[in-house]
Amino acid sequence: MPDEAVTADEENDERTDGGERSQTHTIRLELVDKPGELLSALRPIADNGGNLLSIFHERGNLTPRGHIPVEVAVECPPDRFEIIVEALREEGVNVIQAGAERYGEQLTLLLVGDIVDTDLSDTLRCIESSTDATLSDLSLSAHQGRDGASSARLRLATRTGRTDEVFAHVRDIADRKDLDVIEPLLEVSE
Amino acid sequence: MSLDIAVIGVGAVGRSVVDLAPDYGHAVTAVADSGSAAIDPNGIDTDAVLDRKDREGAVGSAAPEDALSADYDVLIEATPTTLGDAEPGFSHVEAALARDRHAVLANKGPVAERYGDLMTLEAESEGTVQFEAAVGGAIPILSTIADFGPAQISATRGVLNGTANFVLSRMAAEGLGYEHVLAEAQDLGVAEADPAFDVEGTDAALKFVILANVLGGDDREQVYSLDDAAVEGIRDIPASALELAREDGRTVRLIGEATAEGVRVGPRLVPQHDALAVTGTRNIVQFETVNAGQLHLSGRGAGGPETATAILSDVGRLE
Repeated sequence: MPDEAVTADEENDERTDGGERSQTHTIRLELVDKPGELLSALRPIADNGGNLLSIFHERGNLTPRGHIPVEVAVECPPDRFEIIVEALREEGVNVIQAGAERYGEQLTLLLVGDIVDTDLSDTLRCIESSTDATLSDLSLSAHQGRDGASSARLRLATRTGRTDEVFAHVRDIADRKDLDVIEPLLEVSE
Repeated sequence: MSLDIAVIGVGAVGRSVVDLAPDYGHAVTAVADSGSAAIDPNGIDTDAVLDRKDREGAVGSAAPEDALSADYDVLIEATPTTLGDAEPGFSHVEAALARDRHAVLANKGPVAERYGDLMTLEAESEGTVQFEAAVGGAIPILSTIADFGPAQISATRGVLNGTANFVLSRMAAEGLGYEHVLAEAQDLGVAEADPAFDVEGTDAALKFVILANVLGGDDREQVYSLDDAAVEGIRDIPASALELAREDGRTVRLIGEATAEGVRVGPRLVPQHDALAVTGTRNIVQFETVNAGQLHLSGRGAGGPETATAILSDVGRLE
Protein backbone atom coordinates (compact mmCIF):
# COMPACT_ATOMS: atom_id res chain seq x y z
CA MET A 1 0.00 0.00 0.00
CA PRO A 2 1.69 3.23 -1.13
CA ASP A 3 -0.33 5.28 1.37
CA GLU A 4 1.01 3.29 4.29
CA ALA A 5 4.57 3.65 3.06
CA VAL A 6 4.18 7.43 2.92
CA THR A 7 2.71 7.57 6.42
CA ALA A 8 5.37 5.38 7.93
CA ASP A 9 8.07 7.53 6.39
CA GLU A 10 6.72 10.85 7.64
CA GLU A 11 8.90 12.33 10.29
CA ASN A 12 6.15 14.51 11.69
CA ASP A 13 2.89 12.70 12.04
CA GLU A 14 0.70 15.81 12.11
CA ARG A 15 -2.21 15.59 9.75
CA THR A 16 -1.61 17.38 6.49
CA ASP A 17 -3.51 17.49 3.22
CA GLY A 18 -2.40 16.29 -0.20
CA GLY A 19 -1.21 12.92 -1.40
CA GLU A 20 -1.12 11.07 -4.65
CA ARG A 21 -4.43 9.21 -4.68
CA SER A 22 -6.76 8.65 -7.58
CA GLN A 23 -9.04 11.51 -8.44
CA THR A 24 -12.06 11.94 -10.65
CA HIS A 25 -11.65 13.57 -14.03
CA THR A 26 -14.27 14.58 -16.54
CA ILE A 27 -13.66 14.08 -20.23
CA ARG A 28 -15.98 15.41 -22.91
CA LEU A 29 -15.97 13.61 -26.22
CA GLU A 30 -17.72 13.97 -29.55
CA LEU A 31 -18.74 10.77 -31.27
CA VAL A 32 -19.82 10.13 -34.82
CA ASP A 33 -23.30 8.56 -34.86
CA LYS A 34 -22.21 5.04 -35.89
CA PRO A 35 -22.69 1.67 -34.15
CA GLY A 36 -19.76 0.68 -31.97
CA GLU A 37 -18.34 4.20 -31.67
CA LEU A 38 -19.03 4.47 -27.96
CA LEU A 39 -17.38 1.17 -27.17
CA SER A 40 -14.23 1.99 -29.12
CA ALA A 41 -14.07 5.37 -27.39
CA LEU A 42 -14.20 3.78 -23.95
CA ARG A 43 -11.61 1.06 -24.57
CA PRO A 44 -8.52 3.33 -24.30
CA ILE A 45 -9.72 4.41 -20.86
CA ALA A 46 -9.85 0.88 -19.46
CA ASP A 47 -6.68 -0.17 -21.31
CA ASN A 48 -4.74 2.60 -19.60
CA GLY A 49 -5.82 1.94 -16.06
CA GLY A 50 -8.73 4.39 -15.79
CA ASN A 51 -11.73 3.39 -13.70
CA LEU A 52 -14.89 4.37 -15.56
CA LEU A 53 -17.35 5.92 -13.11
CA SER A 54 -20.13 7.20 -15.33
CA ILE A 55 -21.06 7.87 -18.93
CA PHE A 56 -23.50 10.56 -19.92
CA HIS A 57 -24.45 9.84 -23.51
CA GLU A 58 -26.63 12.60 -24.89
CA ARG A 59 -28.36 10.82 -27.74
CA GLY A 60 -30.63 13.12 -29.65
CA ASN A 61 -28.60 16.16 -28.66
CA LEU A 62 -26.14 17.00 -31.44
CA THR A 63 -23.11 19.29 -31.33
CA PRO A 64 -22.80 22.05 -33.95
CA ARG A 65 -20.70 19.63 -35.99
CA GLY A 66 -23.51 17.07 -35.98
CA HIS A 67 -21.80 14.74 -33.52
CA ILE A 68 -23.10 13.20 -30.30
CA PRO A 69 -21.69 14.71 -27.11
CA VAL A 70 -20.60 12.27 -24.43
CA GLU A 71 -19.39 13.13 -20.96
CA VAL A 72 -17.32 10.50 -19.18
CA ALA A 73 -16.20 10.51 -15.55
CA VAL A 74 -12.98 8.59 -14.99
CA GLU A 75 -11.09 7.85 -11.79
CA CYS A 76 -7.32 7.54 -12.03
CA PRO A 77 -4.10 8.95 -10.54
CA PRO A 78 -3.30 12.39 -12.00
CA ASP A 79 -0.35 11.22 -14.09
CA ARG A 80 -2.45 8.47 -15.74
CA PHE A 81 -5.01 10.98 -16.88
CA GLU A 82 -2.77 12.54 -19.48
CA ILE A 83 -1.92 9.10 -20.87
CA ILE A 84 -5.62 8.29 -21.21
CA VAL A 85 -6.36 11.53 -23.05
CA GLU A 86 -3.44 10.88 -25.38
CA ALA A 87 -4.62 7.32 -26.02
CA LEU A 88 -8.12 8.57 -26.84
CA ARG A 89 -6.73 11.07 -29.32
CA GLU A 90 -4.55 8.39 -30.90
CA GLU A 91 -7.68 6.29 -31.41
CA GLY A 92 -9.15 9.19 -33.34
CA VAL A 93 -11.65 10.08 -30.63
CA ASN A 94 -12.46 13.77 -30.62
CA VAL A 95 -11.67 15.01 -27.10
CA ILE A 96 -13.33 18.38 -26.56
CA GLN A 97 -12.27 19.08 -23.03
CA ALA A 98 -10.34 17.13 -20.45
CA GLY A 99 -9.90 17.97 -16.81
CA ALA A 100 -10.05 21.61 -15.89
CA GLU A 101 -7.46 24.13 -17.01
CA ARG A 102 -5.03 21.73 -18.60
CA TYR A 103 -6.57 22.20 -22.03
CA GLY A 104 -7.45 25.84 -21.59
CA GLU A 105 -11.02 27.05 -21.31
CA GLN A 106 -11.34 27.13 -17.49
CA LEU A 107 -8.85 28.84 -15.18
CA THR A 108 -9.09 28.98 -11.43
CA LEU A 109 -7.04 31.48 -9.45
CA LEU A 110 -7.02 33.11 -6.05
CA LEU A 111 -6.82 36.80 -5.23
CA VAL A 112 -5.48 37.63 -1.79
CA GLY A 113 -5.39 40.93 0.08
CA ASP A 114 -7.72 43.76 0.88
CA ILE A 115 -10.26 42.56 -1.63
CA VAL A 116 -13.39 44.24 -0.38
CA ASP A 117 -11.95 47.70 0.25
CA THR A 118 -10.26 47.75 -3.14
CA ASP A 119 -13.70 47.43 -4.76
CA LEU A 120 -14.15 43.83 -5.80
CA SER A 121 -16.77 44.54 -8.44
CA ASP A 122 -14.42 47.03 -10.08
CA THR A 123 -11.61 44.43 -9.99
CA LEU A 124 -13.83 41.88 -11.70
CA ARG A 125 -14.99 44.43 -14.27
CA CYS A 126 -11.37 45.27 -15.07
CA ILE A 127 -10.53 41.60 -15.55
CA GLU A 128 -13.47 41.01 -17.84
CA SER A 129 -12.96 44.15 -19.89
CA SER A 130 -9.19 43.89 -20.41
CA THR A 131 -9.02 40.18 -21.22
CA ASP A 132 -11.26 37.98 -23.29
CA ALA A 133 -12.02 35.94 -20.18
CA THR A 134 -15.43 35.82 -18.59
CA LEU A 135 -16.05 35.21 -14.92
CA SER A 136 -17.92 31.95 -14.50
CA ASP A 137 -17.71 31.54 -10.73
CA LEU A 138 -16.70 33.56 -7.68
CA SER A 139 -16.24 32.59 -4.03
CA LEU A 140 -15.28 35.09 -1.38
CA SER A 141 -13.89 34.49 2.08
CA ALA A 142 -13.51 37.58 4.18
CA HIS A 143 -11.96 36.56 7.48
CA GLN A 144 -12.08 38.74 10.50
CA GLY A 145 -9.22 38.20 12.86
CA ARG A 146 -5.50 38.52 13.20
CA ASP A 147 -4.64 38.17 9.56
CA GLY A 148 -7.06 40.63 8.09
CA ALA A 149 -6.48 39.63 4.49
CA SER A 150 -9.40 38.14 2.63
CA SER A 151 -9.39 35.89 -0.39
CA ALA A 152 -11.44 35.34 -3.50
CA ARG A 153 -11.50 32.34 -5.80
CA LEU A 154 -12.24 33.19 -9.41
CA ARG A 155 -13.07 30.79 -12.18
CA LEU A 156 -12.50 32.35 -15.55
CA ALA A 157 -13.55 30.92 -18.87
CA THR A 158 -11.23 31.72 -21.72
CA ARG A 159 -10.25 30.45 -25.12
CA THR A 160 -7.52 27.84 -25.48
CA GLY A 161 -4.11 29.40 -25.97
CA ARG A 162 -5.01 32.68 -24.24
CA THR A 163 -4.16 31.72 -20.68
CA ASP A 164 -0.77 33.49 -20.52
CA GLU A 165 -2.35 36.69 -21.74
CA VAL A 166 -5.16 36.44 -19.19
CA PHE A 167 -2.70 35.89 -16.33
CA ALA A 168 -0.56 38.84 -17.41
CA HIS A 169 -3.62 41.14 -17.31
CA VAL A 170 -4.85 39.76 -13.99
CA ARG A 171 -1.38 40.32 -12.48
CA ASP A 172 -1.37 43.93 -13.73
CA ILE A 173 -4.80 44.63 -12.28
CA ALA A 174 -3.89 42.97 -8.97
CA ASP A 175 -0.63 44.96 -8.81
CA ARG A 176 -2.49 48.23 -9.16
CA LYS A 177 -4.72 47.29 -6.22
CA ASP A 178 -1.92 45.78 -4.18
CA LEU A 179 -3.47 42.31 -4.27
CA ASP A 180 -1.59 39.02 -4.60
CA VAL A 181 -2.50 36.48 -7.27
CA ILE A 182 -2.09 32.75 -6.68
CA GLU A 183 -2.07 31.21 -10.14
CA PRO A 184 -2.73 27.58 -10.94
CA LEU A 185 0.23 25.47 -11.99
CA LEU A 186 -0.33 24.51 -15.61
CA GLU A 187 1.90 21.52 -15.80
CA VAL A 188 1.66 20.60 -19.43
CA SER A 189 3.09 23.09 -21.83
CA GLU A 190 1.23 22.29 -25.03
CA MET B 1 38.89 3.02 -2.74
CA SER B 2 39.27 5.13 0.32
CA LEU B 3 39.59 8.88 -0.14
CA ASP B 4 40.90 11.47 2.30
CA ILE B 5 38.37 14.21 2.93
CA ALA B 6 38.52 17.67 4.47
CA VAL B 7 35.27 19.03 5.86
CA ILE B 8 34.82 22.82 6.02
CA GLY B 9 31.83 23.84 8.13
CA VAL B 10 30.61 21.90 11.16
CA GLY B 11 26.89 22.62 11.23
CA ALA B 12 24.33 19.82 11.10
CA VAL B 13 25.52 18.74 7.64
CA GLY B 14 29.30 18.96 8.14
CA ARG B 15 28.99 17.16 11.46
CA SER B 16 27.04 14.30 9.83
CA VAL B 17 29.65 13.99 7.08
CA VAL B 18 32.41 13.68 9.70
CA ASP B 19 30.29 11.15 11.57
CA LEU B 20 29.33 9.01 8.53
CA ALA B 21 32.55 9.18 6.46
CA PRO B 22 34.14 6.12 8.17
CA ASP B 23 30.99 4.06 7.33
CA TYR B 24 31.61 4.88 3.68
CA GLY B 25 35.27 3.86 4.00
CA HIS B 26 36.75 7.35 3.86
CA ALA B 27 39.21 9.00 6.24
CA VAL B 28 38.68 12.56 7.48
CA THR B 29 42.06 14.28 7.45
CA ALA B 30 40.87 17.82 8.27
CA VAL B 31 37.84 19.49 9.85
CA ALA B 32 37.35 23.23 10.18
CA ASP B 33 34.66 25.43 11.67
CA SER B 34 34.72 29.23 11.56
CA GLY B 35 37.27 29.56 14.38
CA SER B 36 39.44 26.43 14.50
CA ALA B 37 40.59 23.28 12.72
CA ALA B 38 41.66 19.72 13.51
CA ILE B 39 44.17 18.23 11.10
CA ASP B 40 45.79 14.80 10.93
CA PRO B 41 47.13 13.33 7.68
CA ASN B 42 46.55 9.83 9.11
CA GLY B 43 42.89 10.54 9.83
CA ILE B 44 41.46 12.46 12.75
CA ASP B 45 39.61 10.80 15.60
CA THR B 46 36.13 11.89 14.48
CA ASP B 47 34.38 11.12 17.77
CA ALA B 48 36.95 13.10 19.76
CA VAL B 49 36.66 16.08 17.40
CA LEU B 50 32.85 16.17 17.57
CA ASP B 51 33.02 15.82 21.38
CA ARG B 52 35.39 18.73 21.61
CA LYS B 53 33.11 20.81 19.35
CA ASP B 54 30.23 20.11 21.77
CA ARG B 55 32.23 20.85 24.89
CA GLU B 56 34.40 23.79 23.81
CA GLY B 57 32.74 25.04 20.65
CA ALA B 58 35.97 24.44 18.71
CA VAL B 59 37.04 21.37 16.70
CA GLY B 60 40.78 21.69 17.36
CA SER B 61 43.68 24.01 17.94
CA ALA B 62 44.85 24.69 14.38
CA ALA B 63 43.77 27.80 12.44
CA PRO B 64 40.72 27.24 10.18
CA GLU B 65 42.59 28.22 6.98
CA ASP B 66 45.18 25.49 7.64
CA ALA B 67 42.51 22.92 6.78
CA LEU B 68 42.48 24.24 3.17
CA SER B 69 46.16 23.40 2.73
CA ALA B 70 46.02 20.06 4.58
CA ASP B 71 46.38 16.67 2.87
CA TYR B 72 43.09 15.64 1.26
CA ASP B 73 41.63 14.29 -1.99
CA VAL B 74 38.22 15.91 -1.61
CA LEU B 75 37.18 19.15 0.06
CA ILE B 76 33.62 19.22 1.42
CA GLU B 77 32.16 22.76 1.46
CA ALA B 78 29.41 22.75 4.11
CA THR B 79 29.46 26.33 5.41
CA PRO B 80 26.20 28.33 5.48
CA THR B 81 24.86 29.54 2.13
CA THR B 82 25.73 33.16 1.36
CA LEU B 83 24.45 35.24 -1.55
CA GLY B 84 26.20 37.63 -3.93
CA ASP B 85 29.92 36.76 -4.03
CA ALA B 86 29.10 33.53 -2.14
CA GLU B 87 32.08 33.97 0.19
CA PRO B 88 33.78 32.42 2.02
CA GLY B 89 32.45 29.20 0.44
CA PHE B 90 33.60 30.13 -3.05
CA SER B 91 37.21 30.72 -1.95
CA HIS B 92 37.28 27.37 -0.14
CA VAL B 93 36.32 25.59 -3.36
CA GLU B 94 38.76 27.71 -5.34
CA ALA B 95 41.60 26.72 -2.97
CA ALA B 96 40.86 23.00 -3.46
CA LEU B 97 40.60 23.25 -7.26
CA ALA B 98 43.81 25.31 -7.47
CA ARG B 99 45.56 22.33 -5.85
CA ASP B 100 43.85 19.95 -8.33
CA ARG B 101 41.72 18.45 -5.58
CA HIS B 102 38.03 17.67 -5.90
CA ALA B 103 35.34 19.84 -4.30
CA VAL B 104 31.92 18.66 -3.13
CA LEU B 105 29.45 21.35 -2.08
CA ALA B 106 26.39 21.35 0.14
CA ASN B 107 26.56 25.16 0.07
CA LYS B 108 24.15 26.52 -2.57
CA GLY B 109 25.76 29.99 -2.75
CA PRO B 110 28.72 29.34 -5.07
CA VAL B 111 26.68 27.08 -7.39
CA ALA B 112 23.64 29.35 -7.68
CA GLU B 113 25.31 32.76 -7.59
CA ARG B 114 28.63 32.08 -9.41
CA TYR B 115 27.97 29.06 -11.59
CA GLY B 116 30.00 30.41 -14.52
CA ASP B 117 33.03 31.17 -12.33
CA LEU B 118 32.78 27.75 -10.73
CA MET B 119 32.70 25.95 -14.09
CA THR B 120 35.70 27.97 -15.29
CA LEU B 121 37.71 26.99 -12.20
CA GLU B 122 36.73 23.36 -12.68
CA ALA B 123 37.79 23.43 -16.34
CA GLU B 124 41.24 24.73 -15.35
CA SER B 125 41.69 22.10 -12.63
CA GLU B 126 42.33 18.36 -12.53
CA GLY B 127 39.72 18.30 -9.79
CA THR B 128 35.97 17.86 -10.23
CA VAL B 129 33.13 19.87 -8.69
CA GLN B 130 30.01 18.05 -7.42
CA PHE B 131 26.98 19.52 -5.64
CA GLU B 132 24.18 16.97 -5.34
CA ALA B 133 23.65 17.98 -1.70
CA ALA B 134 22.87 21.58 -2.68
CA VAL B 135 19.57 20.56 -4.30
CA GLY B 136 16.98 18.50 -2.44
CA GLY B 137 19.01 16.90 0.37
CA ALA B 138 18.96 13.12 0.11
CA ILE B 139 17.07 13.03 -3.21
CA PRO B 140 19.37 12.08 -6.14
CA ILE B 141 18.18 14.90 -8.39
CA LEU B 142 21.39 15.97 -10.12
CA SER B 143 22.62 12.42 -10.64
CA THR B 144 19.28 11.59 -12.28
CA ILE B 145 19.73 14.56 -14.62
CA ALA B 146 23.27 13.37 -15.38
CA ASP B 147 21.97 9.86 -16.12
CA PHE B 148 19.13 11.08 -18.32
CA GLY B 149 21.20 13.76 -20.00
CA PRO B 150 20.24 17.44 -19.53
CA ALA B 151 19.03 17.63 -23.13
CA GLN B 152 16.48 14.89 -22.42
CA ILE B 153 14.73 16.97 -19.76
CA SER B 154 12.72 19.93 -21.01
CA ALA B 155 11.53 21.37 -17.69
CA THR B 156 11.51 20.75 -13.97
CA ARG B 157 9.03 21.77 -11.27
CA GLY B 158 8.53 20.93 -7.67
CA VAL B 159 8.66 21.57 -3.98
CA LEU B 160 12.23 22.01 -2.72
CA ASN B 161 11.67 23.78 0.58
CA GLY B 162 10.39 21.61 3.41
CA THR B 163 9.73 24.50 5.80
CA ALA B 164 7.40 26.35 3.43
CA ASN B 165 5.69 23.11 2.49
CA PHE B 166 5.17 22.17 6.12
CA VAL B 167 3.62 25.57 6.85
CA LEU B 168 1.28 25.50 3.84
CA SER B 169 0.15 21.91 4.29
CA ARG B 170 -0.52 22.45 8.00
CA MET B 171 -2.43 25.66 7.32
CA ALA B 172 -4.52 23.78 4.75
CA ALA B 173 -5.19 20.77 6.94
CA GLU B 174 -6.00 22.60 10.15
CA GLY B 175 -7.40 25.89 8.93
CA LEU B 176 -4.79 27.75 11.00
CA GLY B 177 -3.16 31.09 10.24
CA TYR B 178 0.39 31.56 8.98
CA GLU B 179 1.85 32.96 12.21
CA HIS B 180 0.38 30.16 14.31
CA VAL B 181 1.76 27.39 12.10
CA LEU B 182 5.12 29.11 11.74
CA ALA B 183 5.48 29.26 15.54
CA GLU B 184 4.63 25.57 15.70
CA ALA B 185 7.21 24.80 13.00
CA GLN B 186 9.83 26.72 14.97
CA ASP B 187 8.99 24.71 18.12
CA LEU B 188 9.42 21.49 16.14
CA GLY B 189 12.74 22.65 14.70
CA VAL B 190 11.27 22.58 11.19
CA ALA B 191 11.68 26.36 10.80
CA GLU B 192 14.64 28.50 11.83
CA ALA B 193 14.31 31.33 14.35
CA ASP B 194 14.68 33.62 11.35
CA PRO B 195 12.61 31.83 8.69
CA ALA B 196 12.99 34.51 5.99
CA PHE B 197 15.25 32.44 3.72
CA ASP B 198 12.64 29.66 3.55
CA VAL B 199 9.29 31.47 3.63
CA GLU B 200 10.32 34.22 1.22
CA GLY B 201 11.19 31.60 -1.39
CA THR B 202 14.93 32.41 -1.57
CA ASP B 203 16.10 28.91 -0.66
CA ALA B 204 13.82 27.24 -3.21
CA ALA B 205 14.82 29.82 -5.84
CA LEU B 206 18.54 29.06 -5.35
CA LYS B 207 17.84 25.37 -5.96
CA PHE B 208 15.84 26.02 -9.13
CA VAL B 209 18.56 28.42 -10.34
CA ILE B 210 21.05 25.56 -9.92
CA LEU B 211 18.68 23.21 -11.77
CA ALA B 212 18.27 25.73 -14.60
CA ASN B 213 22.06 25.95 -14.96
CA VAL B 214 22.56 22.19 -14.88
CA LEU B 215 19.71 21.59 -17.34
CA GLY B 216 21.26 24.18 -19.65
CA GLY B 217 24.04 21.66 -20.32
CA ASP B 218 27.51 22.54 -21.61
CA ASP B 219 26.26 24.75 -24.45
CA ARG B 220 23.94 26.80 -22.22
CA GLU B 221 22.89 30.15 -23.63
CA GLN B 222 22.42 31.82 -20.27
CA VAL B 223 23.92 31.38 -16.82
CA TYR B 224 21.30 32.05 -14.15
CA SER B 225 21.74 33.57 -10.71
CA LEU B 226 19.20 34.51 -8.05
CA ASP B 227 18.67 37.92 -9.70
CA ASP B 228 17.26 36.17 -12.78
CA ALA B 229 14.57 34.35 -10.82
CA ALA B 230 11.02 35.62 -10.22
CA VAL B 231 10.47 34.89 -6.54
CA GLU B 232 7.41 35.19 -4.32
CA GLY B 233 7.08 33.81 -0.79
CA ILE B 234 4.23 32.52 1.32
CA ARG B 235 4.13 35.13 4.10
CA ASP B 236 1.01 36.90 2.91
CA ILE B 237 -1.15 33.86 2.34
CA PRO B 238 -4.15 33.93 4.69
CA ALA B 239 -5.93 30.81 5.93
CA SER B 240 -8.94 31.91 3.88
CA ALA B 241 -7.01 31.35 0.63
CA LEU B 242 -6.29 27.74 1.54
CA GLU B 243 -9.91 27.27 2.53
CA LEU B 244 -11.17 28.53 -0.84
CA ALA B 245 -8.67 26.30 -2.60
CA ARG B 246 -9.82 23.27 -0.64
CA GLU B 247 -13.49 23.87 -1.43
CA ASP B 248 -12.50 23.50 -5.05
CA GLY B 249 -10.42 20.31 -4.60
CA ARG B 250 -7.15 22.23 -4.66
CA THR B 251 -4.42 23.38 -2.36
CA VAL B 252 -1.56 25.87 -2.42
CA ARG B 253 2.11 24.93 -2.52
CA LEU B 254 5.34 26.90 -2.92
CA ILE B 255 6.25 25.61 -6.37
CA GLY B 256 9.52 26.22 -8.16
CA GLU B 257 9.95 25.95 -11.91
CA ALA B 258 12.97 25.87 -14.19
CA THR B 259 11.61 25.91 -17.73
CA ALA B 260 12.44 27.39 -21.12
CA GLU B 261 10.81 30.61 -19.81
CA GLY B 262 13.26 30.86 -16.91
CA VAL B 263 13.20 30.37 -13.16
CA ARG B 264 10.10 31.10 -11.12
CA VAL B 265 9.20 30.34 -7.50
CA GLY B 266 5.87 31.25 -5.91
CA PRO B 267 2.70 29.95 -4.28
CA ARG B 268 0.55 28.12 -6.83
CA LEU B 269 -2.77 26.36 -6.92
CA VAL B 270 -2.41 22.62 -7.48
CA PRO B 271 -4.99 19.81 -7.35
CA GLN B 272 -5.24 18.51 -3.79
CA HIS B 273 -4.11 15.03 -4.83
CA ASP B 274 -1.55 16.12 -7.38
CA ALA B 275 1.85 14.44 -7.18
CA LEU B 276 3.41 17.81 -6.32
CA ALA B 277 1.06 18.36 -3.35
CA VAL B 278 3.38 16.57 -0.93
CA THR B 279 2.76 17.01 2.79
CA GLY B 280 4.88 18.05 5.74
CA THR B 281 8.57 18.64 5.14
CA ARG B 282 8.75 16.23 2.21
CA ASN B 283 10.30 17.49 -1.04
CA ILE B 284 9.46 16.46 -4.58
CA VAL B 285 10.82 17.28 -8.00
CA GLN B 286 9.14 16.56 -11.31
CA PHE B 287 11.03 16.27 -14.58
CA GLU B 288 9.32 16.78 -17.91
CA THR B 289 11.32 14.40 -20.10
CA VAL B 290 11.49 14.58 -23.89
CA ASN B 291 10.74 10.90 -24.51
CA ALA B 292 9.47 9.41 -21.29
CA GLY B 293 6.74 11.66 -19.92
CA GLN B 294 6.92 12.86 -16.36
CA LEU B 295 9.29 11.55 -13.74
CA HIS B 296 8.94 12.28 -10.01
CA LEU B 297 11.57 12.00 -7.28
CA SER B 298 10.50 12.51 -3.70
CA GLY B 299 12.13 12.28 -0.29
CA ARG B 300 13.74 14.23 2.50
CA GLY B 301 15.13 17.48 1.26
CA ALA B 302 17.00 18.61 4.34
CA GLY B 303 18.59 17.38 7.57
CA GLY B 304 22.13 16.51 8.62
CA PRO B 305 22.38 12.77 7.86
CA GLU B 306 20.10 13.11 4.81
CA THR B 307 22.26 15.78 3.21
CA ALA B 308 25.44 13.98 4.25
CA THR B 309 24.34 10.92 2.24
CA ALA B 310 24.17 13.08 -0.89
CA ILE B 311 27.67 14.42 -0.16
CA LEU B 312 29.11 10.97 0.41
CA SER B 313 27.44 9.68 -2.77
CA ASP B 314 29.17 12.53 -4.62
CA VAL B 315 32.47 11.50 -3.01
CA GLY B 316 31.79 7.92 -4.16
CA ARG B 317 31.43 9.13 -7.75
CA LEU B 318 34.94 10.58 -7.59
CA GLU B 319 36.62 7.28 -6.81
